[in-house]
Amino acid sequence: MKISDAIFGAVLLLLGVAILVHVQSFPKIPGQQVGPGLMPGTLSVGLVVCGVLLVVSGWRKRATEPWTETADWMRSGRHLLAFVAIVGGVAAYVWLAQPLGLLVVGPVLLFAWFVILGVRPLPAAAIAVVAALVIWFAFYKLLRVPLPWGVLTRFAF
Amino acid sequence: MNALATAVGLVFDPYNLLVMLLASLYGLFVGAVPGLTATMATALLVPVTFFMAPIPAIAAIVTATAMAIFSGDIPGCLLRMPGTPASAAYTDEAYAMTRKGQAEIALGAGLVFSAVGGLFGTAVLIVSAPALAEFALKFSSFEYFWLVLLGLTCAIVMTAERPLKGMVTLLLGLLVACVGLGNPAGFPRFTFGSVELTGGIGMIPMMIGMFAVSEIIRFAVDIAPKALIVDQPIHNVFKGMWGLTKKYPMQILRGSALGTLVGALPGAGADIAAWMSYAISKKMSKEPEKFGTGHVEGIVESGSANNSALAGAWIPALVFGIPGDSITAIVIGVLYMKNMNPGPTLFTQNPQNIYAVYLLFILANLIMIPLGWWCIKVSKQILKVPRNILMPVILLFCIVGTYAINNTPFDIGVMLVAGVVAYVLEENGFPIAPAILGVVLGGMLEENLVTSMIKSDGNVAAFFGRPIAATLGVLTLAAWFLPPVIRRLRQAAGA
Repeated sequence: MKISDAIFGAVLLLLGVAILVHVQSFPKIPGQQVGPGLMPGTLSVGLVVCGVLLVVSGWRKRATEPWTETADWMRSGRHLLAFVAIVGGVAAYVWLAQPLGLLVVGPVLLFAWFVILGVRPLPAAAIAVVAALVIWFAFYKLLRVPLPWGVLTRFAF
Repeated sequence: MNALATAVGLVFDPYNLLVMLLASLYGLFVGAVPGLTATMATALLVPVTFFMAPIPAIAAIVTATAMAIFSGDIPGCLLRMPGTPASAAYTDEAYAMTRKGQAEIALGAGLVFSAVGGLFGTAVLIVSAPALAEFALKFSSFEYFWLVLLGLTCAIVMTAERPLKGMVTLLLGLLVACVGLGNPAGFPRFTFGSVELTGGIGMIPMMIGMFAVSEIIRFAVDIAPKALIVDQPIHNVFKGMWGLTKKYPMQILRGSALGTLVGALPGAGADIAAWMSYAISKKMSKEPEKFGTGHVEGIVESGSANNSALAGAWIPALVFGIPGDSITAIVIGVLYMKNMNPGPTLFTQNPQNIYAVYLLFILANLIMIPLGWWCIKVSKQILKVPRNILMPVILLFCIVGTYAINNTPFDIGVMLVAGVVAYVLEENGFPIAPAILGVVLGGMLEENLVTSMIKSDGNVAAFFGRPIAATLGVLTLAAWFLPPVIRRLRQAAGA
């Protein structure tokens, strides 16, 4: 997905201004001229400058480069679905891992990703279960990471 | 000498040797699969090394990256797809050699001169790092401030075709480093009342996101058709290598030296070293017309350059805590976790650890030859591994690995956001390396800036008050202001 420099520039400009306003409320180190606002303040001035330059360069090229240009994969349903599944799947893990547990969420996510990326359902299901178990074993048993058990807590060992 | 004996004991410990062997196989595999990079290999190793002693942890990273940079040549040669970006410079050349039936020579040259370049870079590391460390002991906050700023400047100048976009990602990286309590005043910045954010944004989840998750997204939306493997029997890859060494000694030396230098400069790593080296090789060659038609000279030179860059990048990382490439950016995070904080004192207080790092580099580059030869033998099997199975498994590994560092789901969110942002930025021509450098060096830059300001009571002239600081300061300002001035002058002269 191509986005015009002008749009990037405008976003950076707004971000820079917002930070600049926000750091005004930061206190100074007592008895000093500098404080925690110095660094982010300076950086946000830089962002504002870069933002303006990007807006100008994007504006100059507006005849040849559209504001946004859809990438080829966005017109292909399969690839769009893959993108949504990858991003949405990781987000879903963040929400669901604690209540449901890795051993539930892991295989389901893997199976979904496999099938969407074109693996046949039967091998996909088998590999999903095995791979999730291997990762679970490596981190939970060998490295002793407290991975969530979720609904399987009763069976935890 | 005692420290050296301790180092030998640390490196030749059976556990450490086993780690190196496994890391080699892992690195060779990751490098040989297109779409998995050496930086990604390092990022994925971090959750595992988290649970190791310092030397095996470093051993795993050194070995895996050296192997991955070599084995990235293999799919370039057989599929015309670079296994890692560091092989992209000469992929077309290697593939042209394969089409001419010279796959053995191309792969052999990649392997042998990778090892030679790696050893050259290691030699420079061994000679220059302690000397630089002694010099760096005299540094105060003023020198460090300029040094960090100079490093960040290098990152923009070296990596970005458009410096403005590099500047943007650098600023964003530095701003990310501002989040949390970790600033000289201990004031919570940009935390929005979140307890998670007071500790700052974790560097490791960010790295895993930017280097692994973004690659997985790129794979998922890739619409290019599948490449076909060239089926050609590969026999003895070492045949004729001695002849090449005698024919191209200058090229090997030049490639290794340039690679080490580019590696040591912050922000530019093995991939840029290979591109520059290939270009120089062509320019200096007696037969430049043969380049691109399957001519081994450029592969010899840039193949040694990308491996020497790996070692070169460790020089500023160990001595100053300034990473030379994105791999050492991750390494610095690991060193801090292992209480081996980089800096000149690392050389005086824990010399055995430094000697061990040297030994690891030498050993890794030596075992690369037999293991790499074996990897070439089984490369067809590796290239057949279905990536639509591999990538989801890696993604689940990223999720669990990120969680393992602090046991918080928040870090998985950081990883995801970093991955998506890195993907979108790269698609639009914004380089990622400056952002990483910004995140890693933000704290150091601010600390030295604020300390210096307090010491000098706000007097900016003090930043030029000491000879080394003044030199570094002038260099930094020159790097900022000279290129645009020269461009203007040229335009004026042309018009």
